[in-house]
Amino acid sequence: MVTDRREFLIGGGRVLLIASAAASGALKYVLAGAAEQAPGYVLDDHWWAMTIDIDRCIGCGNCVRACKAENDVPREPFFFRTWVERYHLPEGDVDRPVVDSPDGGFDGFKELYRPGDGSKNFYVPKLCNHCAHSPCVQVCPVGATFDSPDGVVLVDKTYCLGCRYCVQACPYGCRFIDPRTRTVDKCTFCYHRITKGLTTACCEVCPTDARVLGDLKNPSDRIHAFLREHTIHVLKPQMATGAKVYYADLDGSVR
Amino acid sequence: MAHDFRDFEHLLRLVAIFVVGFALFIVVRAMLVPDDFGVYGHFRAGALDDNRQRPLAHAGAAACSDCHDDVVNSRAGGGHEKVRCEACHGPLAAHADDPSAQAPELPNPGTVCLKCHLPAMAKPATFPQVDPTEHADNEPCDTCHLPHSPRLEEG
Ligand code: HEC
Ligand code: HEC
Ligand code: HEC
Ligand code: HEC
Repeated sequence: MVTDRREFLIGGGRVLLIASAAASGALKYVLAGAAEQAPGYVLDDHWWAMTIDIDRCIGCGNCVRACKAENDVPREPFFFRTWVERYHLPEGDVDRPVVDSPDGGFDGFKELYRPGDGSKNFYVPKLCNHCAHSPCVQVCPVGATFDSPDGVVLVDKTYCLGCRYCVQACPYGCRFIDPRTRTVDKCTFCYHRITKGLTTACCEVCPTDARVLGDLKNPSDRIHAFLREHTIHVLKPQMATGAKVYYADLDGSVR
Repeated sequence: MAHDFRDFEHLLRLVAIFVVGFALFIVVRAMLVPDDFGVYGHFRAGALDDNRQRPLAHAGAAACSDCHDDVVNSRAGGGHEKVRCEACHGPLAAHADDPSAQAPELPNPGTVCLKCHLPAMAKPATFPQVDPTEHADNEPCDTCHLPHSPRLEEG
């Protein structure tokens, strides 16, 4: 059968009419809708950060264990939302540190070095830096990883394709693919805790308060005095990531 | 003239197809993109709530003190006052929710102490560190120290 021009146009017109009616209906949804917030928690009132005092960390691994328990992180090595590194600078060599992190510090650290060998040794806890200008967010093709309005870099697991761009993009190596879901996983600053007025699991169990969560928008938070009174450094400042994990008295050999 | 008119009709058809295609695109997009996408930025606002849904594993020291104020009192002024409960006892949110549901395992006073107090080069020199053999002849630490208030009186 041959459709003549008139029929085609009438048919096309009908389709067009229906489609545009549907589109205008859909537009309502596109324009509408604010998501509900947790009761008593106002997104705009917070800007989360963390301080890490190198001079207080004893490398006990409490944070690593607590993080895995709190966030159901796979127990095997190489899956960490936070981990602890040990830096060893042999005498007279301040530039080439020997770094180790057995199972991320999960079981603490076996002593490898002799007292009196002239070396400098210290622990560096690491986690997502919750960058204000995060490279991982910029590379995500689907909007599955994002900066929340309260300053936390989060993942939308229902959107994540598992493409690994963000794993590559993170200059701090803070992301991994969860082998169970095949989506990316990372530190959330324990978003489920901090929005309920609790601190993160790692800070909760830190015996020396080497790591402390801070809210930069809260004028009475101790973080302001801490940043003022210590020598502060962020990791890889040259990458201009706007990292919000602030290290006090960090050695220049840490990269 | 007739030729020109027919060319013009071709164009009209093309435009119609584009318009229909664009309308379809809008409809399909509206169906696929959730309502709350883009509220706060290029992401689904509901993902904030998804991230909040995770259950707690650690209750926080404030919760423990609701029921265990005897322990809290015995720790006051001691060397461990600032070490929060779950640093030694492990995650106990399930216990704090319902004490009868999970009877907490007690930390072993013979080993738990060394997780923190074993000497190491990388530890800050100001942190009290003891070698279990030298310091205690490998006796359990709680023969002399109370875990909740470990400071010993002089002598
Ligand atoms: C709702 C009240 C409540 C809260 C909150 C609570 N506990 Fe308990 N806890 C109890 C009760 C009641 C028992 C005694 C249960 C038993 O003996 O079987 C107990 C027992 C314990 C025991 C074991 C005592 C023993 O002799 O075996 C430990 C350890 C303990 N709690 C630690 C904690 C810690 C740490 C927290 C904070 C995370 C906490 N509890 C929060 C009520 C509470
Ligand atoms: C430095 C590590 C440490 C910290 C911090 C700690 N505990 Fe304990 N706690 C222990 C150890 C070790 C035992 C087991 C003692 C034993 O077996 O004799 C114990 C035993 C207990 C018991 C049962 C025996 C008793 O003394 O009543 C309770 C209840 C308890 N802890 C609650 C708490 C609470 C609540 C906190 C926080 C306020 C806390 N603990 C902080 C190490 C700790
Ligand atoms: C989770 C880490 C942790 C564990 C486990 C731990 N402690 Fe401590 N302990 C600390 C911290 C932190 C301090 C305070 C250090 C300071 O004041 O600089 C401390 C201080 C002490 C002190 C010195 C107190 C003083 O006033 O000078 C003694 C003694 C002590 N602990 C004994 C123990 C014993 C015994 C155990 C095992 C029951 C134990 N610790 C388990 C973290 C821990
Ligand atoms: C035989 C009794 C005894 C035993 C067992 C014992 N201690 Fe002590 N501990 C002491 C005495 C006494 C002191 C205070 C005097 C001193 O500073 O040496 C002390 C002090 C400490 C200090 C503070 C040291 C400092 O530099 O301030 C720590 C930490 C400590 N003990 C941890 C432990 C740990 C961990 C164990 C278990 C491996 C343990 N103790 C077992 C008697 C004991």
